[in-house]
Amino acid sequence: MMKYRLLLILSLLLGATFSAQAQLTIEITQGVDNPTVIAVSPIEAGNAVLPEDISNIVSADLQRSGLFNAIDRANMLSFPRETKEIYYKDWRVLGAQYLVYGNAERLSDGRLKVTFGLSEVLGEKIVLAQVVHGSNNNLRDIAHYISDKVYEAITGVRGAFSTRIAYVTATPGRDNKLVYRLMVADADGAREKLMLESREPLMSPSWSPDGKELAYVSFETGRPAIFSQKLGDASRQQLTNFRGLNGAPSWSPDGRKLALVLSKDGNPEIYTMDLASRQFTRVTNHFSIDTEPNWTPDGKALVFTSDRGGSPQIYKLTLASGALERLTFRGSYNARPRLAPDGRTLVLVHRDGGAFHIASQDLISGDFRILTSTYLDESPTVAPNGAMLLYATKRGSKNLLAAVSIDAGVKFLLPAREGDVREPAWSPFL
Amino acid sequence: MTFQTLKTGFLVAVLSTLLAACSSTGTEDGTGEGLSGSDVGTGTAGSGSAYGDDLGAGGVATVFYFEFDKAVLTSEARAALDTHAQRLRGSNRQIRLEGHGDERGTREYNMALGERRANAVREYLIMQGMNGSNLEAISYGEERPAQLGSDEQSWSLNRRVEMK
Repeated sequence: MMKYRLLLILSLLLGATFSAQAQLTIEITQGVDNPTVIAVSPIEAGNAVLPEDISNIVSADLQRSGLFNAIDRANMLSFPRETKEIYYKDWRVLGAQYLVYGNAERLSDGRLKVTFGLSEVLGEKIVLAQVVHGSNNNLRDIAHYISDKVYEAITGVRGAFSTRIAYVTATPGRDNKLVYRLMVADADGAREKLMLESREPLMSPSWSPDGKELAYVSFETGRPAIFSQKLGDASRQQLTNFRGLNGAPSWSPDGRKLALVLSKDGNPEIYTMDLASRQFTRVTNHFSIDTEPNWTPDGKALVFTSDRGGSPQIYKLTLASGALERLTFRGSYNARPRLAPDGRTLVLVHRDGGAFHIASQDLISGDFRILTSTYLDESPTVAPNGAMLLYATKRGSKNLLAAVSIDAGVKFLLPAREGDVREPAWSPFL
Repeated sequence: MTFQTLKTGFLVAVLSTLLAACSSTGTEDGTGEGLSGSDVGTGTAGSGSAYGDDLGAGGVATVFYFEFDKAVLTSEARAALDTHAQRLRGSNRQIRLEGHGDERGTREYNMALGERRANAVREYLIMQGMNGSNLEAISYGEERPAQLGSDEQSWSLNRRVEMK
């Protein structure tokens, strides 16, 4: 009995440490040359201590975008809780261009009412004033919501701080064999949650457009197979079980189909799967490798990798007409395309000499840019607001996630405390 | 990871020694008949269980290596596969051909390359008279490296097909 109890306690302890396993942290390596200086005054609930520091989360969000420089709280001369408490001189002296301020109030039903505002210091003008309700359990959501509103008010671009990321980790287990985990976390790496753990490889996570499900590849049956899993109740179902490759799932923008790769007919071809009827339609037909499909935002075409021209390059296939167009011509290796939400910016993995970088190509102007400078960069995924992209890279012998803005001006790393992290997938707006 | 490979190798060696000890007919006579394993198995007799016989018996290679971005068999690989085909022709043993790539390049493209390599082995064995329905090509892409490390030596050990 004693023994069982000990085991139970041990597993509880392990469970507790485990939840913090990969835990991404953030290291900003490059920001814009002239970041906007912003001050985020503490948002507090009178004397009651809130379990999360809302203002710190907002500051970190804005700082991480690379477009802002947040003033250290220790240097602030006052902590305005509402508009009438703002002394603009206090903020001009610090060089702040914008000020975020506010307060939290505990309501009689236990909920929290957060009032916040954004003011422009030089013009002494209130740009934004809003109220948001929540509870102690979702203070981080409230903070990211404030960040989204502030970011949009200043840059004109919708904020993506309230989104999430999925990724795969690989960590040696007690027997030294790799344990693979599919994880989901906030866009800042916080609140990491385990979706699935397996002793067999997991790969290629893809979000449903409503952000409620993930499709991915799991080898748990001894072969690669595509599964989908709901984030809400973690329920999952196997979608494919063909001989050969079952890979590279990509959810269509209307949520009704998956594009995927099967080699059941002899070599890798791209198919679409109607999720309701489970009907498969083969859309490529070539003896070469066709893989890594991704939908255009209008859902009318797929971009994908093919080596039909002798080296891997990106092609676009219009589904209704079957028209095929080669998109990339620079270099001998361009693969794993992902389209930004504008449908115009293509990001991909590009080999330059012996190095693999993330590159972008403007599909209208043809402008081609290499965005990263490390050697083994892969798996680019664009934020739903199109401002940044996440990718996987290597530092020393460790795989980790990194981010770069679409104009290459801002860079940061998301090193994990433990294990290898790879294959990031940025969620849609939630 | 190297330790891991060694450990697996050790396990396979122990298992095959045990199996060889149980088997009344020798597993090294090289003929298809001798390899049916019908007197070894229990319920799976004749269908060829995972450890029904030792593919590497007599020191024949069961791992075959490839050049970067290539799926062409080396002459050493072909020689070893000739021996395997001779031994396994006529048997019903199910063979897994697991194709792998190195970490360079994208993961799903490497899945396709791994399958191309596994299929190169499969097609060669069929040409040597083996029954294709007993040969399954399964790609692991770059997901299961034999050796961790971002150097030429690790990469060359990872671009492989394992016969199981």
